[in-house]
Amino acid sequence: MSKIKEKFAELAANNQRALISYIMVGFPNEKATIAAVRGLVSGGADIIELGFPFSDPLADGPVIQNASTVSLENGTTVSKYFDIVKKIRKETDVPLVMMTYTNILYHTGYQRFIAEAKKAGIDGFILPDMSIEESKKYIQAAKNNTDTIFLISPNTSKTRIEKISKISTGFLYLVAVFGTTGAKTGIKNYTLDAIKDVKKHTKGKIPIGVGFGVSTPEDVRTYVKAGADAIIVGSAYLKLIEKTHYDKLESKISAFTKRLKKQTTL
Amino acid sequence: MKYPKNGRFGEFGGKYIPETLVPAIEELEENYLKFKNDNSFKKELDYYLKIYAGRPTPLYYAKNLSEKIGGAKIYLKREDLLHGGAHKINNTLGQAILAKRMNKKRIIAETGAGQHGVATAMACAALGMTSEVYMGYKDTIRQKLNVYRMNMLGSKVHPVKSGSMTLKDAINDAIRDWITNVETTYYLLGSAVGPHPYPVMVRDFQSVIGKEIKTQMKKINNKAPDYVIACVGGGSNAIGTFYPLVDTDAEIIGVEAAGHGLKTKMHSATLSSGSKGVLHGMMTYLLQDKEGQITETHSISAGLDYPGVGPEHSYYKDMKRIKYHSATDKEVIEAFLMLTRTEGIIPALESSHAIAEAMKVARKGKKSESIVVTLSGRGDKDVEEVQNYLDKHVKD
Ligand SMILES: Cc1ncc(COP(=O)(O)O)c(C=O)c1O
Repeated sequence: MSKIKEKFAELAANNQRALISYIMVGFPNEKATIAAVRGLVSGGADIIELGFPFSDPLADGPVIQNASTVSLENGTTVSKYFDIVKKIRKETDVPLVMMTYTNILYHTGYQRFIAEAKKAGIDGFILPDMSIEESKKYIQAAKNNTDTIFLISPNTSKTRIEKISKISTGFLYLVAVFGTTGAKTGIKNYTLDAIKDVKKHTKGKIPIGVGFGVSTPEDVRTYVKAGADAIIVGSAYLKLIEKTHYDKLESKISAFTKRLKKQTTL
Repeated sequence: MKYPKNGRFGEFGGKYIPETLVPAIEELEENYLKFKNDNSFKKELDYYLKIYAGRPTPLYYAKNLSEKIGGAKIYLKREDLLHGGAHKINNTLGQAILAKRMNKKRIIAETGAGQHGVATAMACAALGMTSEVYMGYKDTIRQKLNVYRMNMLGSKVHPVKSGSMTLKDAINDAIRDWITNVETTYYLLGSAVGPHPYPVMVRDFQSVIGKEIKTQMKKINNKAPDYVIACVGGGSNAIGTFYPLVDTDAEIIGVEAAGHGLKTKMHSATLSSGSKGVLHGMMTYLLQDKEGQITETHSISAGLDYPGVGPEHSYYKDMKRIKYHSATDKEVIEAFLMLTRTEGIIPALESSHAIAEAMKVARKGKKSESIVVTLSGRGDKDVEEVQNYLDKHVKD
């Protein structure tokens, strides 16, 4: 069983939903990434998404775009990223998910990239520009290695939800709103309807994670109540990292994470 | 390839897109397939192409230029004479009419040189729709005239300050807008790039160029041209020129921007020196570093300043049916001035890349041979840029 799957099973047994926390590796630097991860772990994040920067993050809003730019300017490379993952792995066995764009894997070759990522300690991938139509080689390469988490959207058709939920492993990522990451649209009724709808179609076979524009404990609570199995918070963390001095970073991240995590108990 | 199965030209193309866009892309393909053979759609497009945009465009024998070079005969396909001043209107009319039939009220577009933005603004004004155009901040400065034109045509221009602040970043922001407003918005893409069905749809709308060339050359020479040349940014004027002629014996050459030279990093010659990758929804040749990060490009022409290329060009390159060469900024300025002075035609800097290549080919060619060059646009938008270049690089 994959580490991500185990985590969901463990949480379900304790009447809890998952808090998934996203940060961008190398933003604003490696030291801060390590400190932030320590804060996430002590604050109770169930799964950590580690963003790898891409030059053209077309599904991301200004906050993650800026973090990508800063990280790249700081010289974040694939090998440095994997070194950081290895360091994190020495401290915790929280499931780690790599979030980046298709070209980063495609360029090295899916097989080789995924094998190296797994060796470093990555448990799954989220690629927002990878559609199921183009995913055959990617899925083959990841099989028995890492989870491949696919995204669905409030406008995804029933037949596609069924197809995608069969391919996606680990969990199914429901994009909450029409927009890029960090969207400030507030809670929408169509999202709450989508959560119910998707759950009906997946029949509990795969957990549903809701993300994009989730930034407060209240947001987390609303989606937990609506039936989400996991809540993903990203841009809000990056904003906190941006305005927090390094000395206070770990404790601030930990405190924010605790406030979010508190809302995931049923 | 007539219609790419699964959106693939050989291994190139596809649709690497966020899931939110899938319903929109499916709706687009469905409607495109429905309307492309629909008589009333074809009639309306034909009407606008003829009476509004000015088709067919002439095929002009550039006698002075040809004689000056003293080799093969150079013919210019005068897309610069179209309304708006570039080939872009062929595509924007097609897509705007399609969008209207799909009941889309809001049109967005990206633009590099501003020609596609202007052509979008014109088509939308003519058809009673509104448009918003994303344009790299750097391009809003070097193609300022076109920003004024778009504003006056009633289009809202959004300057894009992320990344390299050029065409690639304008496409990123247009896609982000589309993701956000997917239910109301039609994305009117300006080149033969992006996820399927854009590359094939844009090619089809631009193929009017190559079809006319075929008929016109037949009248002049009773055969296809010996050489066909066009500049390649995203590749829309080129694929529209080439596609109807790939089954002839013509030698076909696409010309990319070599900027300061292919040995420097300051160029946009994707097919000449790129590698395969995924960007803007397609698998194609890209300019990228060893990590798969897209690299910044350079060209004196904003319209060619792009690190990707239409997937069908990648396909023809690997098949070896089409050759891809390049021209440096310096060669482009020389070609620009040469055509301006010998023929009294001011070409766009983008098109001047094709002229530069045609001059090389003509020099080596025989008098009995014919070269057709697509003059994709006129150069009024570029005169300030060229003057600046001359002030900087030429002593007197
Ligand atoms: C006059 C002209 N030619 C060529 C191009 C390049 O585009 P494409 O390669 O799609 O024809 C542009 C783009 O802005 C243009 O304005």
